[in-house]
Amino acid sequence: MLRSASIPRLGRLVLNGAATLTLGFILTPLVFVTWLAFFRQEIPSFPPEGYSLRWFQAIPGNDRFVSGFLLSLELAVIATTIGLSLGLPAALCLARLRFTGREALSSLLLLPVVVPGIVLGIALYVFHVEVELATGLPILGSLGGLIAGHVLLVIPRTVRLVSASLIGLDRSIEEAAQSLGADRFTTFRRVTLPAIRPGVVAAALFGFVSSFGNLEMSLFIVGPGRTTLPIAILQYLEWKIDPTIAAVSVLQIALIATAMLITDRFVKISQVV
Amino acid sequence: MARLEIDRVSKRYGDVIAVRDLTLDVADGEFVVLLGPSGCGKTTMLRIVAGFAEPTFGAVRLGDRDVTRLPPWKRNAGLVFQSYALFPHLSVARNVAFGLEMRKVEASQMQRRVADALRLVRLEHLSERLPRQLSGGQQQRVALARALAFYPDVLLLDEPLSNLDAKLRAEVRVEIRELQKRLGLTTVMVTHDQEEALTMADRLVVMSDGAVRQVGTQKDLYERPSDRFVAGFVGRSTFIEGEIEAPGRFRSAGGLAIVCKEAAAGPATLALRPERIVFAAQPQASMDNSLPGVVEFVSYLGATIDMHVRISPKERVIVQVSNRESGLVPVVGGQVFVAWPAEGSIVFAGAES
Repeated sequence: MLRSASIPRLGRLVLNGAATLTLGFILTPLVFVTWLAFFRQEIPSFPPEGYSLRWFQAIPGNDRFVSGFLLSLELAVIATTIGLSLGLPAALCLARLRFTGREALSSLLLLPVVVPGIVLGIALYVFHVEVELATGLPILGSLGGLIAGHVLLVIPRTVRLVSASLIGLDRSIEEAAQSLGADRFTTFRRVTLPAIRPGVVAAALFGFVSSFGNLEMSLFIVGPGRTTLPIAILQYLEWKIDPTIAAVSVLQIALIATAMLITDRFVKISQVV
Repeated sequence: MARLEIDRVSKRYGDVIAVRDLTLDVADGEFVVLLGPSGCGKTTMLRIVAGFAEPTFGAVRLGDRDVTRLPPWKRNAGLVFQSYALFPHLSVARNVAFGLEMRKVEASQMQRRVADALRLVRLEHLSERLPRQLSGGQQQRVALARALAFYPDVLLLDEPLSNLDAKLRAEVRVEIRELQKRLGLTTVMVTHDQEEALTMADRLVVMSDGAVRQVGTQKDLYERPSDRFVAGFVGRSTFIEGEIEAPGRFRSAGGLAIVCKEAAAGPATLALRPERIVFAAQPQASMDNSLPGVVEFVSYLGATIDMHVRISPKERVIVQVSNRESGLVPVVGGQVFVAWPAEGSIVFAGAES
């Protein structure tokens, strides 16, 4: 706060300008997609011939979208739960313990974000093939394999966000709890966890979003007939370009935005990200 | 409350010795302050008593229990942190109740004890607030109430006042000390602030480099410091290097002949307290030492005036005079006399290390 107050006026103007530009760059596609979803004509062209809700009405009748949505939702919930229960202890260890290979482990856990989704997908596909050949277990194209892949998306986000809140935590409150008679586990449950709750909630949210919206990796590891919502959208696009896609995207955006708004009521996301 | 015994405790971190062979017996109801510059091992010692660090050697006994290997949650020691360390998500009352909940005190009794503890620190009206809604001084008092509510065997204070502003600090010192006396709390406090230590303690332990330099009352430390370090750390001193030529005769490095108390011949350091030195326009025949000098620096501090007086090319003494004394006004460049009796200085054998 102090620092921003001391930035000269010109600097502040440039900063605000850059922020506005970036925000515009991010939001423009969303604005056009939303606009397109309400066009009446089938082939998108400007200016629109009129507006209607027919594309939204068409969604419930499309089995692929409905089942894709349900699968994506199921996948995201399961992957987030597993990713969080692995990422939280990992973040605790990274933040609290000093051991050889700590840096390496930290980098390893963040790696899935750095590797392009396509590469991750291919790598997992090859891995699944090799494992299935070696062990005979039906991994290729299985739901388990898909979930494991999505857990990989959730872990780096969880580790990062939880680590960030742990680093900001005043360790002396944990010592205070212990001096008052709480053992390690009670201290974690009663003091540490509530204190890092915003980070954990944000981690869950970001994990969910990254899983729910993932296309590139999922393409390689879904089995036949197992179509997530992003894949359903892609497949639809191969044959048609009517605004149904835009309508589905708008619903997806709305879902994620709602999740963020609800989360923000409980924890201020801006404080932890 | 109970007696606390620290028995020949040492703590080593790799090659660094944080605490060296420290033995200290804190009587039931006594207030002992560990005083020393940062890095002297005082905080490590407190953490050993609290159970957050395990001594490399030695033992800690609380009451009739040997607690050396007990984890913090089994020690029954009330701890107040420098940062207060209040639980940010719990109300004041829930913070204070925490220790009681851990001890499974039944609900009706818990309420009464939380109220009692908050009344002790005069915060009963703020019990439903969250810590962030309180001022620093109020948070400090909540931390104290929380540390006392579960009837600890010993109260440990880790620089508890250093985050308060100067005026409040002076008030809280007295407040904590009065409370400690009234409740008969066995208390160990750590601080680097000598004024704080002098105000609050029954007994002080001066530490440096992990070792105890001197244990004693305020008067012991001030009048009879055991070494140069204590003389410099508790109160102020001017040190003059030189040697004892003959019994009662000190020759400074700058060539001054100074009458002092008897001490063994050889290299020595003379320590002079600024307020023991008389400052006058004329030689003082009644004093053992009366030396001419030139005022080189004056600071007006309100109640007192400090000045630096050069008494030889190599030596300068700090003189403190009460502002009430009318008469000679110190002026930079003024020719004056500084005088003190033989017993006004303290002699330490050996040169400056």
